[in-house]
Amino acid sequence: MRLPQPSLRFIPIWRRNLLVWRKLAIPSMLGNLADPMFYMLALGFGLGHLLPKINGIPYITFLAAGTLCYATMNSATFESLYSAFSRMQIQRTWDAILNTPVTLDDIIIGEFTWSITKSMLSGIAILMAILILGIAHNIMLIWLIPLAGLIGACFTGMALVMTALAPNYDFFMYYFSLAITPMTLLCGVFFPSSELPALLQHISALLPLSHAIELARPLVLGKIPSHLFTHVAVLTCYGLIGLCLAINLIEKRFKQ
Amino acid sequence: MPTVHVRGLTKKYGGYTAVNGLDLTIERGECFGLLGPNGAGKTTTLNLLLGRITADSGHITIHNEPIPSRARQSRMHIGVVPQIDNLDPDFTVTENLAVYGRYFGMDKKTLQAKIPHLLDFAELSHKAHSPIASLSGGMKRRLTLARALINDPDLLILDEPTTGLDPQARHMIWQRLRNLAQQGKTILLTTHFMEEAERLCDRLTILDGGRHIAQGTPENLISEYIEPHVIEIISHADTVQEALHKQAYCDRMEEAGETLFCYMHTPELLIQLLEIHPEIRYLHRPANLEDVFIKLTGRELRD
Repeated sequence: MRLPQPSLRFIPIWRRNLLVWRKLAIPSMLGNLADPMFYMLALGFGLGHLLPKINGIPYITFLAAGTLCYATMNSATFESLYSAFSRMQIQRTWDAILNTPVTLDDIIIGEFTWSITKSMLSGIAILMAILILGIAHNIMLIWLIPLAGLIGACFTGMALVMTALAPNYDFFMYYFSLAITPMTLLCGVFFPSSELPALLQHISALLPLSHAIELARPLVLGKIPSHLFTHVAVLTCYGLIGLCLAINLIEKRFKQ
Repeated sequence: MPTVHVRGLTKKYGGYTAVNGLDLTIERGECFGLLGPNGAGKTTTLNLLLGRITADSGHITIHNEPIPSRARQSRMHIGVVPQIDNLDPDFTVTENLAVYGRYFGMDKKTLQAKIPHLLDFAELSHKAHSPIASLSGGMKRRLTLARALINDPDLLILDEPTTGLDPQARHMIWQRLRNLAQQGKTILLTTHFMEEAERLCDRLTILDGGRHIAQGTPENLISEYIEPHVIEIISHADTVQEALHKQAYCDRMEEAGETLFCYMHTPELLIQLLEIHPEIRYLHRPANLEDVFIKLTGRELRD
């Protein structure tokens, strides 16, 4: 196990992905905006009218913070599983890049930073939805953008490990069924995890999405999150340990 | 100082030795061929030279830089044409060159000046803004070659550059490579087309089982290992076989399926014999590199 060896040569990798994204920027941003809008509209208003306030907060406001975390998690996960895997394995894009002065560490750090960028774009789209729907408007909302980046880093690190281990696309279904879906349902996106049985609450507390939500929910209400440092540290650790593991595993894969 | 200097290079994968104590010296401006059947260790050798994999033992220097410790710096001056096309399908022809140039740290202005010349060299100017999916196999190879030249490399490494191309496309690539050799570029190519090696390479090494088994100029290898005349008796060989066994018409004879390969210094006697039997199809030709290759690596299939 070795630490990543960063260099500025990750920038052309990031720019490569940006150039591809720019070709599809309009549908991509529209998807980022439309999906969470419909979720918040349908569940927030539809389900929200049937529900009492949660800790004194209207359901749609409660849901907005969860949606931000959930959508950002998905954005980072899809980018670092399917898109990264196709560049690594199917299109052999990384293979071509490795014949230039760019190293594998540069490539993976480039992918990592790009996926964070995409998460932030997705966070910005949801922030816009929150403002358009009039769910909240306060100065603390601006912090949702760096938070989206942090959530992106966390789930990118984890997803890159899966990509490093994947023999094919089908492998990712395990990760969705065993990690992403349980997190979506157990970490307080749609309801407070305090409603869960005690055992599930303990599991939920260990999962990174819970820490993301603990940060997002107070920010939507214009408050400073409590245990700020702990939550930030947990997300950072998941991201950096994931990145480090992914670099080691992908290196092994490429040297075979 | 040679451009590429390799001593005692060994690479193992588990119990399998892909490269076994290889020595190589490639001088500046030389076109050097690495020949061998499938699994001979050609691609592994190239990956070792590029620092993409690490050797178990041995020393490599390229342009005086030790590999792999200074592989990144050394790759600044190397252009690579890989065996399998890996052009970026998300981009057009021009974008492929521009994005690749950025990996070398080239700025927009330099690239804008350079790309039209490369497109011209690869005869792809009319396809400048086409997507990769619309290119033929030959066009893709030409673009891959142009891409390998984006950093104006001193050393070009080509892994089976014409595999899968039709004769027209192949000749076009050969012509471009000769052109680059004339410009003074050092070229290292792997191939299993003997014609390609014979036409392009100043010197070559034949590998088998990761080991170097012969080295020299194509002419020297042919005269060293093979009699100058070859007669291939293609069909109805049985009728003459008996005669051939009775009298020494040729120096050496080999059977491969229906065909008899006869190697000799003086072909006249055998030709006279064959002319008596008009039903027999035969081919009289000078010895070539393929004969050397088959003699040294055998006729068995390598899958």
